[in-house]
Amino acid sequence: MGAQKKGATARVSEDPEELARHPLQAILLADSFTTKFRPITLERPKVLLPLVNIPMINYTLAWLESAGVEEVFVFCCAHSKQVIDYLESSEWSSQPNFSVTTIESHNSISAGDALRLIYERNVIHGDFVLISGDTVSNMSLTQALQEHKDRRKKDANAIMTMVVKQAKPSPITQQSRLGTDELFMAINPVTKQLLYYEDKAEYSKGFISLDKTLIADNPSVILHNDKQDCYIDICSQEVLSLFTDNFDYQHLRRHFVKGLLVDDIMGYKIFTHEIHSSYAARIDNFRSYDTISKDIIQRWTYPFVPDVLCGSSAIKVERQGTYRASDVTLSRSAQLGSFIFIGQGTKIGNDTKISHSVIGERCTIGSNVTIEGSYIWNNVTIEDGCQLRNAIVCDGVILKSGAVLQPGVILSFKVVVGQQFVVPAYSKVSLLQQPTQQDSDEELEYADSTSGTGELRSDKLNGDIAPDLSETASELGTGGVGYIWKVFEGAYDEEWRHSVAPIPTDKLVKLMLDRDEDEELLTQDGNVISASGELKTDSDGNGSEDDDNEDSRDDYVSFEKEVEATFLRAVHENVKVDLAVLEVNALRLSYNMASVDCGGAIFYSMMKLAVESPHNSASELHRNAADIVTTWQKLLKSFLHDIDEEIEVILKFEEMCLESAKEFAALFPQILHLLYDKEILQEDAILRWADEKEGADESDKVFLKRSEKFIQWLREAEEEEEEEDE
Amino acid sequence: MDFQVVVLAGGNSKSLTPLVSKDVPKPLLPVANHPVLYYVLHQLEESNLKNLIVVVEGEDAGLLVGAWISGTFVDRLHVEIAAVPEDIGTAGALRAISHYLTAKDILAVSGDLVSDVSPGAVAATHRRHDAVVTATLCSVPISGSSELGSSGGKDKTKKPGRYNIIGLDPRKQFLVHIATEVEKDTRLQKHLLHAVGQMEIRSDLMDAHMYAFKRSVLQEVLDRKDTFQSLKQDVVPYLVQSQLKSQAVLSGIPQAEEDGNKKVSFPNNQVMVSQILANASTPSFHELYSMDPDGFAQTRKTHKCCAYIASSSSYCVRLNSIQAFMDINRDVTGEADHLLSDNVIGPSPKLGTKTTVGPHCMLGEGSEMGDKCQVKRSVIGRHCRIGSHVKVVNSVVMNHVTIGDGCIIQGSVICSNVQLQERVVLKDCQVGAGFVVTAGSEYKGESLARKEK
Repeated sequence: MGAQKKGATARVSEDPEELARHPLQAILLADSFTTKFRPITLERPKVLLPLVNIPMINYTLAWLESAGVEEVFVFCCAHSKQVIDYLESSEWSSQPNFSVTTIESHNSISAGDALRLIYERNVIHGDFVLISGDTVSNMSLTQALQEHKDRRKKDANAIMTMVVKQAKPSPITQQSRLGTDELFMAINPVTKQLLYYEDKAEYSKGFISLDKTLIADNPSVILHNDKQDCYIDICSQEVLSLFTDNFDYQHLRRHFVKGLLVDDIMGYKIFTHEIHSSYAARIDNFRSYDTISKDIIQRWTYPFVPDVLCGSSAIKVERQGTYRASDVTLSRSAQLGSFIFIGQGTKIGNDTKISHSVIGERCTIGSNVTIEGSYIWNNVTIEDGCQLRNAIVCDGVILKSGAVLQPGVILSFKVVVGQQFVVPAYSKVSLLQQPTQQDSDEELEYADSTSGTGELRSDKLNGDIAPDLSETASELGTGGVGYIWKVFEGAYDEEWRHSVAPIPTDKLVKLMLDRDEDEELLTQDGNVISASGELKTDSDGNGSEDDDNEDSRDDYVSFEKEVEATFLRAVHENVKVDLAVLEVNALRLSYNMASVDCGGAIFYSMMKLAVESPHNSASELHRNAADIVTTWQKLLKSFLHDIDEEIEVILKFEEMCLESAKEFAALFPQILHLLYDKEILQEDAILRWADEKEGADESDKVFLKRSEKFIQWLREAEEEEEEEDE
Repeated sequence: MDFQVVVLAGGNSKSLTPLVSKDVPKPLLPVANHPVLYYVLHQLEESNLKNLIVVVEGEDAGLLVGAWISGTFVDRLHVEIAAVPEDIGTAGALRAISHYLTAKDILAVSGDLVSDVSPGAVAATHRRHDAVVTATLCSVPISGSSELGSSGGKDKTKKPGRYNIIGLDPRKQFLVHIATEVEKDTRLQKHLLHAVGQMEIRSDLMDAHMYAFKRSVLQEVLDRKDTFQSLKQDVVPYLVQSQLKSQAVLSGIPQAEEDGNKKVSFPNNQVMVSQILANASTPSFHELYSMDPDGFAQTRKTHKCCAYIASSSSYCVRLNSIQAFMDINRDVTGEADHLLSDNVIGPSPKLGTKTTVGPHCMLGEGSEMGDKCQVKRSVIGRHCRIGSHVKVVNSVVMNHVTIGDGCIIQGSVICSNVQLQERVVLKDCQVGAGFVVTAGSEYKGESLARKEK
């Protein structure tokens, strides 16, 4: 109902007259809701970080203005005060046909929250451009907007147009030059409708899987691995209300785009607009900071280049892409290489070499300094003999003489590096201590403290810095100030991927080798799939079956582990049997297993527990097992509904005795008897198992022989019973 | 051209009972009064591919087919007949006749293909790219699946159909993915995607079962993978999947046997030549991929899997079901009549008074019809005797059929030597060879056949 109403109002607003009344609006998210620019973003919001000496947000706003946007809502969250102050003092607050309004929030933790808040404000009245404040572009919006509107006239469900651009990821690292992970998109070549979006494709999987209905509905689909998402979206009003309807949407891509793509009830559609000659890119990580800075210096983003943006004649472009402010004090013997930017009031000493770097305002650079591929912000002091390679150096940093920054180093605000100190590659150094719990969990990324809380923390910490300094002085050499942030385990491998430093050759070589190996495996896997035509859905409980498919076996193993963990928890925390049954059932459903598998897995966990509990002799082990079985018989019983499942348990037990828990081998008949006594196994099941085993190989009958007596006894009992019946 | 053609004229004929029998093996099943095999051989002859091996399942069928070919194409084609055991699949059949294969490239064509796609063009594409395999793709026929297609539009009646999924490179020259009769979600290999950049996934193309293979590679694959049964299901997908790491496949071919010092220059030459031949301004993704990042040495071996996409106007159907049989009969006499080079209406059939034969009909030589008969959109074979007041609509009547007075036949297939007595009414039936339908009986949607003795 609600959707229909919305559709109806949307159709009304499509009336050309009414459209004409609305100025083009844009929502600019001045918070990226990620932690990739830490530690810098603990002290200053990302959108205010200088990009070739101009705060990033200026590029975005300048582009929006040039693209015909008349009203921009800047959503600020982390360090909102700084953003608001900056905008108020800047030229943007006084433009004639371009209004910039800030919307402040202290508790939003994601783009989804931001859009929900904006929806509540009810300020958006038509199609709008959704962009984040770290986007650099010079594309023209006219065509994309027109396409979007034309589509909307035909189909009210076409609510969003995403801008994409050609960018083939590196064949070795599988990441784009912006340092983002590879992206797979399926697009209908005729309608340009987006059908599939996957930016977090698991590397371990050698294939991506497209839904069959997708292919059935579109006779031709182009699957792209060579496109880059520019994060510039043209949205209709519905997008905001959709975020409100789906309060769990957080991330624009991961939740919203993917959510719409899989949802076929509402039928909302997303389309793409590809740009070819113009520039659009988003600064997502340090690597893209580096790449985009270079693109700006090389004027790919024209007219959004420093000399034009600054307006005044303060900055001049010279040969070889050298940008120099008018009042730079440059020693005669300093050697300036190509593609560099030097800001106002900077002094550069004798024999200093600079290439491919950006140096901000009022910096003091001593003699014999080497700077390559680095970004040095304002008021930085670099003493004689320092060497910097591919580093980012924030405002107010002091490098004492002879300090060396290895590639990939990030020095946050006001850090002091001691004399002759070598800062190791990829270190992140800040005056603030590393937040103690940094959760790598995807979900928690949003709840992380870059936003809102981060600000509070930094304010508090600022006060604490002084007493801490003495303790940490040693961390950065004599006279050094700051903490070197620890790289977390696991993250270390990834550090080089997103760093400002180019990827080292040895990593590339290693990756190439890895890739070749992977492919070998993958191709083999592929054959398994193709030779049999399709995956078998057979999930036989016996993981050792040869024809069992890789996948289902893996599934079973992990299922078994989960069941074991659940069982152990139940034992240690005295969980009630009913609850345990419920939990195992939930696991069963989520792994799509049969109850046969549960029985096997639970029994396996029980026996494993028995083996692992301390025992000195076989009889103690038997007693352990008996205890556990007695306590948990109800749990086991609830997954054994028929004889087949009981036989499965016996088979499982046999397997255990042979492989994982050989100690039980001697106890096999006793345990069997125990299970019989506890009425877990019916005599029919045992006898059937015995019958089945009768025809097996000799080696297979070991346990049958051992339990011969017991079975004999069972048979006799049965016969007696029958006689009695007669 | 150093091309050897293998016509795979075996195949499971269960779907075509009761049309095919011991006496009429599938390759000889008459389509518009020509055995279906004729169409393939005719196209091959047109393309000047005259060196053929026709593979037939079973010795008896082999003799029958051989007799027919030597009678029809004597002096025009150089044909060898090879009989192979039944049910060994297309790959199995090629394996069985592997020792006959000597040419550099092999063109494997299904014997039940009725098409105007030029085999010569496929062969030329194959050579031009120096490919390991070239598969012929054509649009899903409009005739056969038009009903299915239109019902597909309405979601209600949509069947959980099977799809042929073909992945092509952006220039539509190379095959990057092939999966036939897929019911599940499609899985695409990432490393291929990485190399290609973008892949066009088409579900509106069909594999026409006409492949050109590089002989050395084909034989090696057949030797190595002895479980491979079908060219379509096993061999071609395997080659497509392994195209970027083919050392396993190509280790036996001369390229790898070159001397150490020659080795360096030779593959590069090969690349150059194939690039020039392919008329490509930029190297194909295979070459890019096989280069080191610095762009010099070739570190990986790749092979190319090409696609020949027939133009959408071309005709291409495989005779693999009774429905297809009906469709082909209708099309060959109708819209696709260019497939037959000779005359459609046989020499002067004897027609009774007031008998009308509509357009898109075919009457075989020596057939006779009584008075006041109506024939619409049907094929009638040779030497049939048709009584008076008989109506034949949308049907196929093979040779030596006797139809009594007053019969009405709609949408049915009447095989050879069938006798229909008076006033028989058949609708959507198949009548097997030699069957006798008694007077006055009515059947609808049934398959009538003699019991096999």
